[in-house]
Amino acid sequence: MAKFKVFSEESNKSPLTRFWRKFKTNHPALVGLWIFMAFALLAASAPFLAPYGVNQQHSDALLIPPSWREMGDVRFILGTDDLGRDVLSRLMNGATYTFGLSVVAALLTTLIGVLVGTFAGISHGLRSSFLNHLLDITLSIPSLLLAIIIIAVLGPGLMNTVWAIILALLPQFIHSIRNLIVDELNKDYITAFKLDGASKWHIISRGIFPNIYEHIVVIFTMALSTAILDISALGFLKLGAQPPTTEWGAILAENLGLIYLAPWTVALPGVLLFLAVLSTNLVGDGLRQVLKERKAD
Amino acid sequence: MIFDYILRRIGLLIFMTLVLSIFTFSLAYMFPGEPLSNLSGIPSSNFTQQNVLEERYLYNSNYFIQYLAFLGRIIQGDWGVSFASGDSVFTHIMTLLPATLELCLYALIVSIFVGVPAGIIGSAYYKRWPDKLINSTTIVGYSMPVFWLALLLIMTFSLKLGWFPMSGRMGLLYEIPSSTGFILIDIALAGFPYKGMAFLDALHHLTLPTIVLAMYPTTVLVRFTRESMLRIMDQSFIKTARAKGLNRYQLIKRHALRNALLPVIKQIGLQFSTLITLAMITEVIFSWPGIGRWLIDSIYQRDFPAIQGGLMAVSLFVILATIIAELTYTLFDPLSRNQAHGKV
Repeated sequence: MAKFKVFSEESNKSPLTRFWRKFKTNHPALVGLWIFMAFALLAASAPFLAPYGVNQQHSDALLIPPSWREMGDVRFILGTDDLGRDVLSRLMNGATYTFGLSVVAALLTTLIGVLVGTFAGISHGLRSSFLNHLLDITLSIPSLLLAIIIIAVLGPGLMNTVWAIILALLPQFIHSIRNLIVDELNKDYITAFKLDGASKWHIISRGIFPNIYEHIVVIFTMALSTAILDISALGFLKLGAQPPTTEWGAILAENLGLIYLAPWTVALPGVLLFLAVLSTNLVGDGLRQVLKERKAD
Repeated sequence: MIFDYILRRIGLLIFMTLVLSIFTFSLAYMFPGEPLSNLSGIPSSNFTQQNVLEERYLYNSNYFIQYLAFLGRIIQGDWGVSFASGDSVFTHIMTLLPATLELCLYALIVSIFVGVPAGIIGSAYYKRWPDKLINSTTIVGYSMPVFWLALLLIMTFSLKLGWFPMSGRMGLLYEIPSSTGFILIDIALAGFPYKGMAFLDALHHLTLPTIVLAMYPTTVLVRFTRESMLRIMDQSFIKTARAKGLNRYQLIKRHALRNALLPVIKQIGLQFSTLITLAMITEVIFSWPGIGRWLIDSIYQRDFPAIQGGLMAVSLFVILATIIAELTYTLFDPLSRNQAHGKV
């Protein structure tokens, strides 16, 4: 509760440095950031790192358990599936699809969301009211249902899934950005800026954005974790990535029939998915915590 | 004042329904295939039949007249027939929607009874071990993909331990006449036949899907309640109460809880949209005969009238639930009634 600091140290560091200092003290978030970066690296370089090709079949080594088991083989660290494909290589390549494409989807959502959200935030009267109600309606359609409808229009496939996810994420994103902008517009420093004769463009680019870009990063992490969950859920439902593609959800669905024989082929993609979402959420939570604490000083 | 507010909400409801119906109507043109057969669910076979359909759906008039005709049919309950089964989409929805609603409702109840107290405990022991425990459990639950959680639970509780059945709503041994569509109510209405065994069996079937479905909303509610409590506990009137000499229990019970739980009511209403999304996946995994599984089957079968009908029904339900939650919130919190028009 106490907000006093006994030793009042003058801190003239830049906001970003102070941000990083606070973030560093939050250890779970830091671990999350390391895992997150590892996934990003893997997504970018998986084809070079993977020991075997994605669809390379080893007919002499079907359904070999992970190497730490008694029946395991050290050539295949995480075992093989029913076609003799190396699980490790497939999972590593899956990072490109599940994680990499989610990042792309979330980035595109951010780009469009910030543009439309800003527009919705600064517009007044009938236009603003209309936009808001339209947002309300799209928000009331469950995101997976919206994605399914978009896929019904475009046809199944990985790229169409990405579009569907972007469109399904957008309403929530625009909504958050709009709220941020409206909150900021009502503050006194913006009024002062306006009285100085700043144009609309100036107010947004010099006044508002420097103050909300960190919040946009937090919203981005939320969108990213939803994107990972949605892309894999659609893959799992066989509406997104189609089986030979190594998307984690699709791998999981493909190996569902092996759940008795080879539980590792089902458990491992799930573990990776969980880790990817967990690291994103940890980073997002850490960022949010820092923003809150910095507001309190 | 409150009457004015309710009127405004009803106006909003009508507006939203209209826009939703325009979207649904336009889908018939966006989906692949003939718009006419997408609307009616009858694949065009011969010339005379085609002519009869065109006349009935006013297909040769302009889009606006067509839309009005569509609206009229929606109100009359003529939602076209499904490509896959040839039965009326409306009847399908009426039999399937209760199953989904039942599942969602129980999951929501579980999440309220677990999530809200956990959030309160977390805020009461802020930054001490109960809070840390609850917080880390929450973030784990929050990050778990729902289909993987379902598979893990099936693997342990159905396959290894054999405690719970892994699919369906009810054992095949029992025959319960369906009157409301809510299985527990139906059994109760039938007077607990088979000495209540059917009721227990239904509960058994409900357990795993409910847990899976409740996971996400529970974590959201824990986080939201905790944040809301912490925000309130930081305010001046709480400091005053502390200065007066109230202990922590009195403080939380008399002052903090009443103020902190108000936004939670609104948050519960906002959960329905996510809940339906998760229910769709849960239903597929547990073979639950609800609208979510039907919708996903419909897309496998390219059953466009079914997708349109399902979209209409599900979104209408979510809109209704959101507005009802907002109304309840307004009834409890007089401060929120004085909102500007069109505020989200």
